[in-house]
Amino acid sequence: MSNPIDLDPFARFRTVTRARIGLGRAGDSLPIRAVLDFQLAHARARDAVHGHVDFAAMAARIGDRLPVIRLKSRAADRSIYLARPDLGRRVDPEMLAAVEKGNWDVAFVIADGLSAAAVEAHAEIVLSACVRRLGDLKVAPVALGEQARVAFGDEVGEALGARMVVVLIGERPGLSVPDSLGAYLTFGPKVGRRDSERNCISNIHADGLPHETAADKIVWLIRQALRLGLTGVELKEDMGGAPALPVSP
Amino acid sequence: MPSYAILLGRQRHVFDDLKAVMAAASPEKSGDRLAGIAAETNERRVAARYLLADVPLKTFLEEPLIPYEIDEVTRLILDDHDAAAFTPVAHMTVGQLRDWLLSYECTTADLSALAPGLTPEMAAAVSKIMRNHDLIAAAAKTSVVTGFRTTIGLRGRLSSRLQPNHPTDDPEGVAGSTLDGLTYGVGDAVIGINPASDNLEACVRLMELFDRLRQRFDIPMQSCVLTHVTTSIKAVEAGAPLDLVFQSIAGTEAANRGFGVDLKVLREGREAALSLKRGTVGDNVMYLETGQGSALSADAHHGVDEQTIEARAYAVARHLKPLIVNTVVGFIGPEYLYDAKQIIRAGLEDHFCGKLLGVPMGVDVCYTNHAEADQDDMDNLMFLLGSAGVNFLIAVPGADDVMLNYQSLSYHDIVSLRHSFGRPPAPEFEAWLYRMGLLDTNGRLASQASSDARRLIDFRASA
Repeated sequence: MSNPIDLDPFARFRTVTRARIGLGRAGDSLPIRAVLDFQLAHARARDAVHGHVDFAAMAARIGDRLPVIRLKSRAADRSIYLARPDLGRRVDPEMLAAVEKGNWDVAFVIADGLSAAAVEAHAEIVLSACVRRLGDLKVAPVALGEQARVAFGDEVGEALGARMVVVLIGERPGLSVPDSLGAYLTFGPKVGRRDSERNCISNIHADGLPHETAADKIVWLIRQALRLGLTGVELKEDMGGAPALPVSP
Repeated sequence: MPSYAILLGRQRHVFDDLKAVMAAASPEKSGDRLAGIAAETNERRVAARYLLADVPLKTFLEEPLIPYEIDEVTRLILDDHDAAAFTPVAHMTVGQLRDWLLSYECTTADLSALAPGLTPEMAAAVSKIMRNHDLIAAAAKTSVVTGFRTTIGLRGRLSSRLQPNHPTDDPEGVAGSTLDGLTYGVGDAVIGINPASDNLEACVRLMELFDRLRQRFDIPMQSCVLTHVTTSIKAVEAGAPLDLVFQSIAGTEAANRGFGVDLKVLREGREAALSLKRGTVGDNVMYLETGQGSALSADAHHGVDEQTIEARAYAVARHLKPLIVNTVVGFIGPEYLYDAKQIIRAGLEDHFCGKLLGVPMGVDVCYTNHAEADQDDMDNLMFLLGSAGVNFLIAVPGADDVMLNYQSLSYHDIVSLRHSFGRPPAPEFEAWLYRMGLLDTNGRLASQASSDARRLIDFRASA
């Protein structure tokens, strides 16, 4: 292992895969560097899952430009959130009652989901890029959802009186990417919408879909959805570009 | 339906039916709590176990937890039940079965003969009153041997699935992970890839890649592209070199419908693979995956606890005479199995119940990043399953699946278990490893300089 570049028989694969191949071994075990690299990646993923989005600071920043409402789900903390997805899909009833109904084309919800790091890094940038492209539409006050899952947006959109809702949410972190953001679009939001009635743009992060490209795709989908009156399997995202990788929220 | 009641001290615990007893007797699982059927208190859980221990095994034939009329899996279980095989334990209660399984008198031959006489509900019931130790000790006595180009499940052997997943199915990327694994002696159960796309042509390209590799190095192995059974049937019709047909299955008709399958299409898939006659040492042509919680996530659990539903999937599995079956135990997430304690317990339950029912059971020892678990917990589970005599385990490069974004075992872990337990790979595959010089005279990994490893690694996917 004195000259790993020349002696690495896996060198030709490293440009085409992020898989941890050709690691070498210490007896039957992984070499120490590989063990620590893995632990670092897992630590970052865990920190992303258990991290807190500073929604107060986010509300202040967004509030300079757009009306903002802060909401929480019915999951009181992260451990309840992880064990009870049903509670993360519903809005705290008192907070929900205070939401004013309007007449909006589209509502945006920023939800922490499973990666605080993703929301902190990408959500506001993608939101701004989308709103900039939607000057002709009536955009509802931006809702910030704490301990919230994708379907949380259904109840929010319904309460706001929005024709459709876009949820920007932290996706379940993998070892290679702890901060991937997803955007889920649902026409006619109401409690009980199925996942097959949504469209998803996933893998928004530094090595994935760039912010501006993501905004282009989201806005394209918003306009198609409002025109056709639907989202889901019948609305194909075919404005071009690489397909998103499969990621579970 | 009779209710079940027991007095413990001054507290009387009443359960509406057998289904409720089974759910309450289950070790703590977040999925059962999510379904609202878990025991409300620790005492109530033990109360249910006292009651369950006294339930006669025959009750499970008379009182199906999910009605015969509405569920084809229940019909399969009861119609396929072998009354003659059941005879030796027909007089027993669940508790008596547990004691007998652990007794010196109960042998491997007894368990093999008994398997068709047991229903999944009986296996699940007895597992609920067994500690982890009991699940390991009883499973270690079972033997389920299957074959295709390798023989899997032989006493004293440990097989493995090599899982070379890639986010875009890049052929060179897939080859890199595959060749790396082969140098560690991994892949004797199957080289099985989860394709990024269910597209028929993309799946066939992967089948051809593995078949070319197999023929180039004359490897006694089988490959599998884990696509939907209907896609595999089309691949067979298109003349693709398909070894095994894969499908995810569950323990209720409704949950299977959620996967887009029923018993009929599963049988058609098996017939399609059998028609190719590609096996050399056996004709087990199916690869099936299961996992606790899948029925609940499809809202198709009928109020039955997730572990019992999982055991019912093994009735579907054994009907199809598979080569290999594994539970993807920690993949589904913390809403069904919250932490390492629950994942480890479920892994041992699934392996025990599968083997007891005559299923060639393996495990994907794994977890997601939102579960309370890490690689140390996987070390624990893999050694426990090694003790329990698991047929095969799954491994990915460096334990990191870069396509499905979860962690499993590494190739290194398989090597380590084989050495720790003195369990070499399947005999046909082991002989190939010696031919290639990949194992030294002690059965350990040879140094790369003295082997054909470099020739293997230089294989071109595009050639």
